[in-house]
Amino acid sequence: MKKFTKEHEWVLLEGTVATIGITAHAAHELGDITYVELPSSGAQINAGEVLTVIESVKAASDVYSPVSGIVEAANQELEGNPQLVNESPEEEGWVCKLKGVDASELDDLMDEKEYRDYVELL
Amino acid sequence: MDELKRTPIYEKHVKLGAKMVPFGGWDMPVQYKDGILSEHHHTREKVSLFDTCHMGEFTISGKGSALALDRIFPRAVADQKVGVARYNFLLSDKGTVMDDLLIYRMGEEEFMIVVNAGTIDSDFARIKSLIPSDLYISNNSEKIGKLDLQGPKAAEIMEELGFKRETLPSNYKWIKTSINGIPAIVSRTGYTGELGFEFYVEADKVGELWNILLSFNDVKPAGLGARDTLRLEVGYPLYGHEMDENTTPVEAGFSAIMSLEKRSAFMCENILKDPSKITKNLIGIILEGRRAARAGNKVFTTEGKEIGSVTSGMFSPILEKAIALAYVKPESGLTPGKKVNLEIGGKLFPGDVVEMPFYKNGTVRMKIC
Repeated sequence: MKKFTKEHEWVLLEGTVATIGITAHAAHELGDITYVELPSSGAQINAGEVLTVIESVKAASDVYSPVSGIVEAANQELEGNPQLVNESPEEEGWVCKLKGVDASELDDLMDEKEYRDYVELL
Repeated sequence: MDELKRTPIYEKHVKLGAKMVPFGGWDMPVQYKDGILSEHHHTREKVSLFDTCHMGEFTISGKGSALALDRIFPRAVADQKVGVARYNFLLSDKGTVMDDLLIYRMGEEEFMIVVNAGTIDSDFARIKSLIPSDLYISNNSEKIGKLDLQGPKAAEIMEELGFKRETLPSNYKWIKTSINGIPAIVSRTGYTGELGFEFYVEADKVGELWNILLSFNDVKPAGLGARDTLRLEVGYPLYGHEMDENTTPVEAGFSAIMSLEKRSAFMCENILKDPSKITKNLIGIILEGRRAARAGNKVFTTEGKEIGSVTSGMFSPILEKAIALAYVKPESGLTPGKKVNLEIGGKLFPGDVVEMPFYKNGTVRMKIC
């Protein structure tokens, strides 16, 4: 199940593990990404808290976690190659995985079509 | 808020897929399709074309112009030769910077002053108030268009346009010429740290010149985003960041080029020559990682004492590390080689104070013949 937030993050839930990243729209808007702050494994993250900071040449953007969970892994590839988020924002450019996620937290998020429609209106 | 102004080639930017942003009252291209990093590298390797029509141009002439300007600007004007452009500063009564600008000596008693977009009206009023009323002064910003061609291959482009290398202006010189029939003033100046030329033409000829310059394979358009990363990588100040009405040009690090010890009878002389008036020093910092500091981030000594704040910061595309300019208290004694910590997003990031510029291989002073 893949869901999207109004803040342009995506969440892919497989069992109780959520993979999180920023959407293609967000990556395009940010421009060339130069740095991604990776969350530490084992950290407890609550929905609405800052999960990571993504920087482009011009600005830094906080990325808020759409769900609660414990950081299982962060995408270490991004440390040396943050532009992977520009190149493949919704696949290889994922930011982190949270475990112990409650599927009901995704209920209020948008599905793919709703999100595309939402972006159209921006 | 007033409606944003558009340069004569606004439509061309839109057609090229530029992302437009407000800057100094103008709707300007921040980047084109390739993005800031790509435009940055292209400028360092080949040639980029920048629309700088938003900047302002004034003419001052009349008997006594040279002496009048020599009195109001901290860097000498009277000994400036015809054919030379000089970087200078417009000062407030407190000796702080109202704008940084270029003064072109067009004739014995004729000058062109090129100023930042956001300060055109205030600069004009200020200069007018400071010079004798019998001198002629006009604001030609609407009538003059300006393009910047910047990059190590810029001289080759000029050759393609029919110029012999020996006829091109050397660093900080200008010539009056024409390009494919378009009358132009061409100066070897710029804001990227690379070899380059700035073109001043009639506003209605800018589009034609833009097309001519972009027709070369090695020339690509670049926006204000790359202009900012390029200037910061070579440590050039940006008005509103490193300089403003709380900063003197001495604090901004320009004592040497102003040769103040040789100067007398100029406005604010007593302030600029008084070391006790220096409240801060500008330093350059290379951070250990990629996380960029931003304007306003605090600077701490390794002992944890707050000593200043960042004025500009970014990820350096060439060094592949974050770099920052910051003002620190003079008594902090932070010289190149010392370490500092920058507070970014509530966390401390270590960095080294370095000699400027950050990027030392720019071609700005390259001999072209």
